[in-house]
Amino acid sequence: MSSSSVASYTRIAISLHWLMALAIIGAFCVGLYMVDLPFSPQKLQIYSWHKWAGVSIFALALIRIVWRLTHRPPEPPDHMPRWQRAVAEVTHNLLYVLMLAIPFSGWLMSSAKGVPTVWFGVLPLPDLLVRDVELGKQLASVHAALNYTLAALVLAHVGAALKHHLIERDTVLVRMLPLLRQR
Amino acid sequence: MQITFRRALVGAAALLSLVAAQAVEYKQILSDKSTLGFVYKQMNVPMEGSFKRFKSQLVFDPAKPAAGSAQFEIDVASIDTGSPEGNEEVAGKLWFNTKAFPTAKFVSSAIKPLGNNRFEVSGKMSIKGRTLDVTTPATYRQDGANGVFEGTFVLKRADYGIGEGVWADFGTVANEVQIKFRLLAAAGK
Repeated sequence: MSSSSVASYTRIAISLHWLMALAIIGAFCVGLYMVDLPFSPQKLQIYSWHKWAGVSIFALALIRIVWRLTHRPPEPPDHMPRWQRAVAEVTHNLLYVLMLAIPFSGWLMSSAKGVPTVWFGVLPLPDLLVRDVELGKQLASVHAALNYTLAALVLAHVGAALKHHLIERDTVLVRMLPLLRQR
Repeated sequence: MQITFRRALVGAAALLSLVAAQAVEYKQILSDKSTLGFVYKQMNVPMEGSFKRFKSQLVFDPAKPAAGSAQFEIDVASIDTGSPEGNEEVAGKLWFNTKAFPTAKFVSSAIKPLGNNRFEVSGKMSIKGRTLDVTTPATYRQDGANGVFEGTFVLKRADYGIGEGVWADFGTVANEVQIKFRLLAAAGK
């Protein structure tokens, strides 16, 4: 498969994209919801679930990046101007960076707050920082800022996909969402 | 002649200090150099905490351990569970109810030597108005002029009603709490 251009993403790439989209949106909403909960067993449970999701997203992102680097994605459509290609590339790269940086910042924050992370209550992750309440608060701000950046980029990403599909009527969205092709 | 005399003097001094070391009796726990910590599991995550303030009385002669005794009064409000909101939570009625029960107490009833400077200390633990028998292993070693006592035992929080109501279920916070103490004691007259 050394042809210069491929028509679609691999099935694995498509699955990883949508699985991560669901996981990230889910973890984002849970994160927003949980921070203001009163202290309760439920809050501790939800925090743990959020962390498990975060570690899973981090692991999936690593797999996805390896897959992306070893499998050629389809080229942007010919009609796309150069600046749009550049913006799309930068956005995609930032999305990959944030998929790693956000769970990582959460893990650091958790360490600094003195709460180790144990993936699914089974696999303990090493504590990268010693307990430091002030640093924990700062890392919480970093975690939140990275998340809002991600939210903005995801909105731009979705907006661009819809623009391709509805206005330019090209195959950009369909090749990542083959269900649409059936219609 | 002079050298022999000095040698004898040194020898006598060494012997004396050895006797003195054996005859030491510890009578005071240096609270600021001692730690009373615990490890609890929250969603299967081990969390460390400690009590920052406690008062104690001690009489312990390594040569006569069975005659020794120890007593602790722990300022429950000095608890550090690892997070500020956790500290606020456990002061409440469902946990330690520190307003009604500001101090927890341990009074030893027996110290059983197990050999090799290891002991089994039994006593009564009072927390939140409930008094129960507890037993903990403890070790002793000399550290310069001081004695170091260390040990770990498991306390079940439900036995004392620590964490009631919504917290009674062990799914979030486990019943078993590991208590870890490291006490530095000074010799006294």
